[in-house]
Amino acid sequence: MTKRFALGIFEDEDVLLHAVENVREAGVKIYEVFTPFPIHGIDDAMGIERSRLPIAAFFFGLTGLSFALWMQIYMLGFDWPMIIGGKPHIALPAFIPVSFELTVLFCCHGMVITFYTISKLYPRWKTPVLDVRSTDDKFVMAIEVNENTDMTKLTQILRDNGASEVNQKEMSKF
Amino acid sequence: MATLTHQEHLTAEYLEVKPGTRRSFMLIIVAGVAILILGVILSMLGIGSHHEAAEGAAAAHGAGHAGAEHHGSAPWLKRIIVSLWHNNVFFTGVSAIGTVFMAIQYVAYAGWSVVVKRINEALSAWLIPGLIIMLVVFGLNFINYDLFHWTVPGIMDKGSETYDRIIAGKSGFLNIPFYLIRTVIYLGLWIFFTKRLRDLSLEEDLNGGTAYFHKSINVSALFLVFYAVTSSMSAWDWVMSVDVHWFSTMFGWYVFASWWVSGIAAVTLCAILLKQAGYLPLLKEGHLHDLGKFMFGFSIFWTYVWFSQFMLIWYANLPEEAVYFNQRLGGFNGQYTWMFYGNLFVNFVFPFLVLMTRDAKRQMIMLKIVSIAILIGHWSDFYLMLMPGTMKGDNGFIIEIGIALIFLGSFLILFTKRLSQASLTPLHHPFLDESVHHTT
Repeated sequence: MTKRFALGIFEDEDVLLHAVENVREAGVKIYEVFTPFPIHGIDDAMGIERSRLPIAAFFFGLTGLSFALWMQIYMLGFDWPMIIGGKPHIALPAFIPVSFELTVLFCCHGMVITFYTISKLYPRWKTPVLDVRSTDDKFVMAIEVNENTDMTKLTQILRDNGASEVNQKEMSKF
Repeated sequence: MATLTHQEHLTAEYLEVKPGTRRSFMLIIVAGVAILILGVILSMLGIGSHHEAAEGAAAAHGAGHAGAEHHGSAPWLKRIIVSLWHNNVFFTGVSAIGTVFMAIQYVAYAGWSVVVKRINEALSAWLIPGLIIMLVVFGLNFINYDLFHWTVPGIMDKGSETYDRIIAGKSGFLNIPFYLIRTVIYLGLWIFFTKRLRDLSLEEDLNGGTAYFHKSINVSALFLVFYAVTSSMSAWDWVMSVDVHWFSTMFGWYVFASWWVSGIAAVTLCAILLKQAGYLPLLKEGHLHDLGKFMFGFSIFWTYVWFSQFMLIWYANLPEEAVYFNQRLGGFNGQYTWMFYGNLFVNFVFPFLVLMTRDAKRQMIMLKIVSIAILIGHWSDFYLMLMPGTMKGDNGFIIEIGIALIFLGSFLILFTKRLSQASLTPLHHPFLDESVHHTT
């Protein structure tokens, strides 16, 4: 499906930050903002909801912890009991470092895989870029438009808030 | 969002310690004295302590042990001396964290913490009384050598009745003059740098400009170098030398971690209480969130250090090392065992699970509960470090809690006094604006 966007190009992150606040106040819905680097406070300014990734992370960690404990208790306690250093077969203090490491391992990999999947960043996926300059030194504010949008007014709002240029672009893959 | 663009109007605001507040601090002290007296009476009657012999500790000790063992004071006196030392080590260490925290913020060019800077400065007000009490209680040790076994006369002289070969081997480091010099040097350095940073901060309030800020960074960097060494060494001297036959190379970090996380909990608790009393209008959720992250992270750090020490000793199981945990896990009829596990629960499991979510770190009530739990938990941690080595099985809680309340009340009086002497917001700090607009 093809979508049409109005692109406001900004030169400075502070100008952009204030523009985001003002444009939203003017009742325009911002589709997305593309910047060369992360900008402090832009999530709040755009009203983006908090990610639920930490919840996933907690359960990945829990999985790792359970797996590590199960593995060590089963292997050293039941499958092939061995006496190591005169300790009991199931010696929990000795299991803690491995359990910790596996918790972290599961948590990190789970988070990365989840994040890539929901962001559609997997191999051979071509990422659509609205304006390649947003990977260099420009800050791009994308606003979805259709036939009914008053482009003159929108352009004026963006210009008033410090946009150095306002372009339009069609994208098929969004 | 409003906070990003909105310019706050900044004016100096001073903490006003109301007579009622001061009265409640006095009440804490009075309650402490009452509990202390109650504890002493109960101890004299032989109740409230784990000691079984009714005829008194001195007789029981004298009959049971020969050679290197010394007699020691009556249980109630011994408990008072040990408890004074325990509380002073805890409160002085936490007090020093105020300056350490501030110094780290300076060296890191951190801006967010400016709104709580004055709390850090005030926290270090206890250092001077801490030094005095430290020296006095060290003197009290010589009544009956209750605190430090290595101070017993003749313990380092070959041929003496009390001679102990292992302790004699440490005489180069653990001798009374050098010990006193070290204690004075540690606290002297901490007091000097605390005063220097405080003076710079107050001058900055008057004159403004960035010169004081840059000077503070240099002072802070120098202080942190000294503190890194002296914090570890003070832990050996003040805490580890109680168990004089035993040693652990992790101990300095372990004690520091305990002080550090308690210090941050104290700053957080104070910030919340001030905020709820209507002060610190610039303190927002973002600052609390960062303080919460510190408490969460350093609770885990403490556990990490604790476990590193425990696991190596547990695994190697060398008698001279394992004795430390034998005493605390099952030793003395298992009377420290519940505290041993309770310590891990309050200082690790509880903050870890409660402060895990973002929302919990941004809510005052959660932070308040956790910071109080951490403060009590680490007080108990120091109890667990000091009691088995000094009181053996004769420990108790009533005298100890009484003395802790006396310390708490006095600490709060000094703390609020220093807090009320300067504007709660350092108005001319160059990073103040960054702190005001801090978002996380």
